[in-house]
Amino acid sequence: MAEMAANGEQPEVLFWVGCAGSFDERAQKITRAFVKLLHAAEVKFAILGTEESCTGDPAKRAGNEFLFQMQAMANIATLNAYQVSKIVTACPHCFNTLKNEYPELGGSYEVVHHTQFLNDLLNDGRLSIEGGAFKGKKITYHDSCYLGRANGVYEAPRELIEKLDAELVEMKRCKTNGLCCGAGGAQMFKEAEKGNKEVNIERTEEALETGAKIVASACPFCMTMMSDGVKHQEKEGDVQVLDIAELIAQAKDL
Amino acid sequence: MLAQGIFAVILLSAILLFVRNVGKIRRNILLGRDVDMSDRKGDRFKTMLRVAFGQSKMGTRPVPAFFHLLIYVGFVLINIEVLEIFFDGLAGTHRAFQPVLGSFYTFLLGFFEVLGLFVLIACVAFLYRRHVQRVGRLTMPELKGWPQKDATTILVIEIVLMVALFVMNAADRSFQLSTAGTMPVSSFIAPFFDNTGDATLSLIERGAWWFHILGILAFLNYLPYSKHFHIILAFPSTWYSRLEPKGSFANLETVTTEVQLMMDPAAAVPDGYEPPTSFGAKDVQDLSWKNLMEAYSCTECGRCTAVCPANITGKLLSPRKVMMDTRDRVEEVGKNMDANQGVFVDDGKNLHNLISKEELWACTTCNACAEACPININPMEIIFQMRQYLVMEKSEAPGELNNMFNNLENNGAPWQFSPADRANWTRES
Repeated sequence: MAEMAANGEQPEVLFWVGCAGSFDERAQKITRAFVKLLHAAEVKFAILGTEESCTGDPAKRAGNEFLFQMQAMANIATLNAYQVSKIVTACPHCFNTLKNEYPELGGSYEVVHHTQFLNDLLNDGRLSIEGGAFKGKKITYHDSCYLGRANGVYEAPRELIEKLDAELVEMKRCKTNGLCCGAGGAQMFKEAEKGNKEVNIERTEEALETGAKIVASACPFCMTMMSDGVKHQEKEGDVQVLDIAELIAQAKDL
Repeated sequence: MLAQGIFAVILLSAILLFVRNVGKIRRNILLGRDVDMSDRKGDRFKTMLRVAFGQSKMGTRPVPAFFHLLIYVGFVLINIEVLEIFFDGLAGTHRAFQPVLGSFYTFLLGFFEVLGLFVLIACVAFLYRRHVQRVGRLTMPELKGWPQKDATTILVIEIVLMVALFVMNAADRSFQLSTAGTMPVSSFIAPFFDNTGDATLSLIERGAWWFHILGILAFLNYLPYSKHFHIILAFPSTWYSRLEPKGSFANLETVTTEVQLMMDPAAAVPDGYEPPTSFGAKDVQDLSWKNLMEAYSCTECGRCTAVCPANITGKLLSPRKVMMDTRDRVEEVGKNMDANQGVFVDDGKNLHNLISKEELWACTTCNACAEACPININPMEIIFQMRQYLVMEKSEAPGELNNMFNNLENNGAPWQFSPADRANWTRES
């Protein structure tokens, strides 16, 4: 972003990578897949690089409003300095915070999730999927709470899976009734309270019941939880957990 | 004349008592922190119409939705008949509307009897679900004692009231004759009274009449003590539903000013600014009045708890219990005020005595509870504010979360990575 600004250019969209997409090894693969797609569609995009910092979401959900607002105001200062108008992110938590909680603190941007952005690129003909690596294959989609219930985005990820010519099979609890992966509300960063089961195991069992060999997710934290769940069931050789951006990048052989 | 006088006194006392108790609940709700929700009246009206009046969110569970609808429609329509009962009671008349309405009266009363029968069947079905089938969410530990008794009492009262209505109509010989046996329910009960003498029958009819109306007035006054108060508060509660996307959670304004001053010491302090004295919710007075209204609106159906990922996996958290505990505590604070000339005297207790840290930290903020609630109650808002108190006032976050906060503060990420490495993903593949 700094480079573009120095050259007096404005990107079409700012790609907000997020902490998971930047640092988590598994999520980095999602980031790279999404970037490949952006390049393939010739989208002029920028990243903040080292100027990006956590949106503050985990602090806010854990009750540390001070830390959240400090993060938010620092990020808003950066985003406003670059006159950013549109942001795309592959993380539903960043998406929710940037879209819903930043405006009141002085940061108003058009914020879209990468599944919405990719769906638009395909609908506008800027990106196309040829070949049928996933044709007829059963894929089940795990709704991210912060994308689905929190913001009503249920269709964009599903439309993308359908564009792969794959057979979308729904879990018993899906869309508004989708079961959480167990990571939200800062649970990702702590041990779960005492219970008789881990949430991600419950959810993974449900995903496996569909018989799908691919579990599609649209959130780096769901990715961690579902991948761990699949490993726990010793199905990692059999069932893959892939982000929707990775599915499309694979279909395009990128 | 005497009967009319007694009736008037009872009616007036019942209404006054009800108004007084509702006033107390209103006072208790307004103990909450003020929030301005006077915006978007059109959207609010539509939400109320759809969710409360139209019961749009009940349908996700079709069986209880069906029986609930029977009781709802029955309750609203049969109460039209109460108008006549009031009139008769005060004027000393008997079925004063019959000569005026003629054959329409026969139709109306017949219609009410059908509805009454539906209500009765639905109540029996609900008793069956609760006590024989023992549906999971209706038999959870938090319902032990009073809540379970409350639920059963409501159903039994409704059954008894319907039976009184039928007996009242069946024992009314002139009414049965004038409607020529067309009453769908009471005409089948009437034959049992064929051999009863006029005087005895009249006594039975009067008895049922009085029992029915006294029952209704007693039930009215039971409402403020019961979860059944939802039949009234569901409407204002849905009117004040959160209209923002479910994922957005209000930013604390008090914190905003503090953070602005901290980040820019040169910034002007707003006129009349007083640094906040506390953050988050220690007790019910720190929650918003909207949260407290929701606590009084909750009818403890447990749909929230049945979809809560924490509860499903055996954790202590139950969103329904959060609402019940909140109501219990507001009631306790209210009684404390009643006993102390309207002033709350510190009783050394607060909401955290009822809702433990173990419960609060188990929430994944997934919004399933808020989505499932048939009247848009949001238990997460209370959990959030209580977490804010634990973290910002007491520094009592779980250790791992404190590590996360430290990482976030020092590295701009919840994990211990250097901010300088944030773009490293661009170099490897």
